[in-house]
Amino acid sequence: MKALDADPFSHETLDDPWPMHETLREAGPVVHLSRYDVYAMARYAQVHAALVDWQSFPSAAGVGLSNFRYEKPWRPPSLLLETDPPGRDAPRAVLSAVVGPRALRRLRQEWHAAAADLVDHLLAGTGGEVELDAVTALAEAFPLRVFPDAVGIPREGRENLLPYGDHLFNAFGPANDLVRNGQERAGELTAWVNAQCRREVLAPDGFGAAIWAAADRGDLTVEQAPLVVRSLLSAGVDTTVHGLAAVLYAFATHPAQWERLRHSPELARVAFDEAVRWQSPVQTFFRTADRDVLIGDVTVPSGAKILMFLAAANRDPRRWRDPARFDLGRDPSGHVGFGMGLHQCVGQHVARLEAEALLTALAARVRRIELAGRPVPHHNNTLRAWKSLPVHLALD
Amino acid sequence: MDLDLRVTAKEPAADGIVTLTLQDRHRRRLPDWESGAHIDVVLPGGLTRQYSLCGDRWDAHSYRIGVLREPDGRGGSAHIHDRLAVGDPVGLGGPRNNFRLTPSPRYLFIAGGIGITPILPMLRDAEILGADWELLYGGRGPSSMAFLDELGRYGDRVTVQTSGLLDLQAWLGRAGAATTVYCCGPAPLLRAVQELCTGRLRTERFTAEPLPGAARDLPFDLELRRSKTTLTVRPGQSILQAVTGAGIGVLSSCAQGLCGTCETTVLDGVPDHRDALLDDDERATGDRMFICVSRSRSPRLVVDL
Repeated sequence: MKALDADPFSHETLDDPWPMHETLREAGPVVHLSRYDVYAMARYAQVHAALVDWQSFPSAAGVGLSNFRYEKPWRPPSLLLETDPPGRDAPRAVLSAVVGPRALRRLRQEWHAAAADLVDHLLAGTGGEVELDAVTALAEAFPLRVFPDAVGIPREGRENLLPYGDHLFNAFGPANDLVRNGQERAGELTAWVNAQCRREVLAPDGFGAAIWAAADRGDLTVEQAPLVVRSLLSAGVDTTVHGLAAVLYAFATHPAQWERLRHSPELARVAFDEAVRWQSPVQTFFRTADRDVLIGDVTVPSGAKILMFLAAANRDPRRWRDPARFDLGRDPSGHVGFGMGLHQCVGQHVARLEAEALLTALAARVRRIELAGRPVPHHNNTLRAWKSLPVHLALD
Repeated sequence: MDLDLRVTAKEPAADGIVTLTLQDRHRRRLPDWESGAHIDVVLPGGLTRQYSLCGDRWDAHSYRIGVLREPDGRGGSAHIHDRLAVGDPVGLGGPRNNFRLTPSPRYLFIAGGIGITPILPMLRDAEILGADWELLYGGRGPSSMAFLDELGRYGDRVTVQTSGLLDLQAWLGRAGAATTVYCCGPAPLLRAVQELCTGRLRTERFTAEPLPGAARDLPFDLELRRSKTTLTVRPGQSILQAVTGAGIGVLSSCAQGLCGTCETTVLDGVPDHRDALLDDDERATGDRMFICVSRSRSPRLVVDL
């Protein structure tokens, strides 16, 4: 097995992760990252197999670098992301139902209307051309408009959601400058998020109230309910923002693909998943070896942390033809951008619906979308993100 | 590729009860499940029966079910007892769960006869979760009660009663407000527990009406109305494979009927639901399906693709 000195969390890597991913993939099915004394997988076959094998690679020791076998978690662990069966069964069953396809059917029309309304307002009175920042004006604006309402949290303080998520996803990495910079506000943001999870502040018809109703039925305990609401607020905002930014970046840099979407708007769902494959808004998650696990001819020792490169797996040429290309003609099914197996993103249908609504609204009005300036990346230890995406839109 | 499930062991577990072990022919992982879940077992000829999973969910490659011979039944259990042999293929639907273990500091499990099967994996969960629990297991004599050996390791948490009526009044009277009662067994037992239990109670009985017609093990025609195409879906091939093979893009993810990504609207025909997602009402409505695993009961199925 190869040992590498690569640093997945350096600013250089976060700026352009793809060369390091290729090095890791080509180094073997599993490699050792000496800098953090962790193992890593970057090929699709191994990442997929390990993600579904929760028995060998559990999550309860944390899905970040910190090993809860030996270290105290910085916040009470998530009942979904950082809990194994059987403890995660009840929270997962409740949340799956709350944000599942049945619940989303009610929101479909509303979110499509909200997206059309957002786009109409952005384009109103601009003539045939407009320049805007696709991150703030679209990728952030749309989820922040519909998702907190759907959860049912109060309007006040919603500006805390993104910084909270940003710190949370940084905290899955090492204690580098990104984490240190976030530490200052972490206490305040955590307190605010926790306060939004209480029954009395949640609107009666939202996802949050539905979680509390599950506690009333006995499907959860009253101690678990606020933590399950917290999962929605932690995992449901930054990820979709950066997923939307990824698909907008993709179209701004692939004009022929935008043409294709304009011609066949029903490709919106495929386009979003293809963008999630292509950019992998969640780049990595850790697992922990439950026991000595043999991978190829390498034994990963019990208790070792293993970094799963979802992003590298999503561009593994062993699985994907011409993987670095964003292509609506491709079938992105089976990508691991939402994870895989029993911890697979519980909100993936929410993300897809948000993307479908926004892309459909844009495709109806925007003839061409192209970069109007240099995209500015936003570094995060886990997420692939942009601070700014200046785009030029030509309207019908 | 569709799972190719085979019977890999068939063993007597008690008088009139056999356990079957089911594994994929290529030793692939089987869909994950939770305590209380059941699967649809599709027998040759399309006979479909539901059985609780009573094995070990930490073993991703095997399902175990316990099957009681039901002389008055509709022939499924008799087929399994008399004809189904090691090596035989069976079809799979699910797993689905109408009998989830909900969090509780204390559980009282009450099992009657073959009703022990969904309870068995719950006991291990309750142990891991650190809950306080007891099992009251009633039957018609030790020779007709399955899994007594496996229950031995739980010591005096388990009370086995091999004759006479269970003293439910006493047990439920002691249960207390913090106890969740789980009961599975014959209808009279469920009725009695429902009458006497004043606290939180969860019961399971397979109430799903049998669907009309048998599951098809023949090819069927699949009309993709929007694409103006009709395909033939062969046995052993999923609808998803047939559709993507024809160059029509459908988003999917888990390929096991678990995640819900490939949800498809049904316009005509009767789907043969094999997913882990739809509840009984939604199945009966039949207006949507998950094409990575679900098939057709009718010779022709029309979908919105």
